[in-house]
Amino acid sequence: MKKIEAIIREEQLEPVKKALEDNSYFGMTVSEVSGRGRQKGITLQWRVGEYRIDLLPKLKIELVVLDEDVPVVVDAIVRNARTGETGDGKIFILPVDGVVRVRTGDKDKDAI
Amino acid sequence: MPVNSGDTTWILISSALVLLMTPGLALFYGGMVQRKNLLSTIMMSFVSLGLIGILWVCYGYSLSFGSDNAGFIGGLNFLGLANVGQEPSPVYASTVPHLAFMVFQGMFAVITVALMTGAVVERIKFSAILVFSVLWLTVVYSPVAHWVWGDGGWLASFGALDFAGGAVVHINAGVSALALVLLLGRRRGFPQQTMGPNNVPMIVLGAAILWFGWFGFNAGSALASDGLAANAFVATNISAAAAAVTWLIISWIHRRPTIVGTVTGAVAGLVAITPAAGFVLPMNGIPIGIVAALVCYYSMLLLKEKYHLDDSLDVFGVHGIGGIWGALATGIFASLAINPAGADGLIMGNGMQLLKQLVSVLAVGGYAFGVTWVLGKLVDVTIGLRVRQAEESVGLDLSQHGERAYGGLLR
Repeated sequence: MKKIEAIIREEQLEPVKKALEDNSYFGMTVSEVSGRGRQKGITLQWRVGEYRIDLLPKLKIELVVLDEDVPVVVDAIVRNARTGETGDGKIFILPVDGVVRVRTGDKDKDAI
Repeated sequence: MPVNSGDTTWILISSALVLLMTPGLALFYGGMVQRKNLLSTIMMSFVSLGLIGILWVCYGYSLSFGSDNAGFIGGLNFLGLANVGQEPSPVYASTVPHLAFMVFQGMFAVITVALMTGAVVERIKFSAILVFSVLWLTVVYSPVAHWVWGDGGWLASFGALDFAGGAVVHINAGVSALALVLLLGRRRGFPQQTMGPNNVPMIVLGAAILWFGWFGFNAGSALASDGLAANAFVATNISAAAAAVTWLIISWIHRRPTIVGTVTGAVAGLVAITPAAGFVLPMNGIPIGIVAALVCYYSMLLLKEKYHLDDSLDVFGVHGIGGIWGALATGIFASLAINPAGADGLIMGNGMQLLKQLVSVLAVGGYAFGVTWVLGKLVDVTIGLRVRQAEESVGLDLSQHGERAYGGLLR
């Protein structure tokens, strides 16, 4: 099992959610985060110089899926979160040792 | 005529009440947007107090209420408040100091400009809306105010009724907002993404201040402390209440009764009664308010959900549609028994008044839309109306104003 952590733009949440739903991935956790990439935030032009905004608002989507589902999920996220502009985000894929469904006690594959 | 202290007290208080409506509007609108655009939204309303406040006394009042030119626009005889002093005007509100009438009217101009900004939130460039506001006050608001309320204004002479600004304020702002929305385009992410509200209690507070201030707006427009003012006051309250309850009911039937919906309903009722308050029986506020809620609710649904028009804070949906209904309702329910300076409407057997109201709706609406389009286009090709994508993404508070609404390190 793998955990997919996707940092995306706020306004791309709905297209990403819909794409995941269309592929039957419903479970997810979404949090509001702030972050930056290599550009160290963004620089906006003022009349008398530059103004840097360091940490930008983003959303983090976390979901745990079976190994074989990773390519489909990553592809759905990338295609729907991409705008082509700097700041589109990143996806991290982490290994998961175990999953438990609280209500029933189901483990691992049965809990996803 | 000599200055009447009761009238003067009421007009000055009403001016303060209407002034308060602009920061009230700022909060009403502010609570509705995404947090990253809260300050920008508030700013656009608040800055009107400063900008229009100055322009009004410099030349706005003169163009609106100055000596008539072919029924279209006022003259320059009141430029820089020349001839506007402590003595009453012989023509306008002749029992209160001219200064009082002028400042009362000024508050209307301020809030009309602020109203429009609700349609362009979260993507308009600050410098663009400032420049546009100056142009709009000069070329749209002042002429229309002159037509309807100016001495010699053609709609006034024609006999169209507008007690407190259904046409001058609401249709004017609402239709102009529509033109701006069409020019500006949708917010990024609209309509798929739900954007806002960031602070519902703020919306309610803003609406409450609007309702409170509206008594100055409508009852103050009686320009006297008398029975007519009381008539307008009560009609205003009844319409607001009727519309709020109607909105509550229809939204409950449709989905859920929300507080945002209920207060929006109240505002719709207040808009609709604005042109009618001093011409109709207060109890007519009930049908006027009920219909206002119905037409505004369904218009907003149609425009937003069917046509995906991003009139972000429903300026056309509430003020445009509500103002149009109010103007027509005035033609239906007006009675000379309420106000001998008004007219009889449809229910009193005079269908002609309804036609006159329709003419004023079409004239004001058509002019506002057309000229706003031209002004908007002008600003767009020179300065640009819309912020850049990165600026819209990070939010206008940071990109336009370098400010955060709420402290904290991250958001």
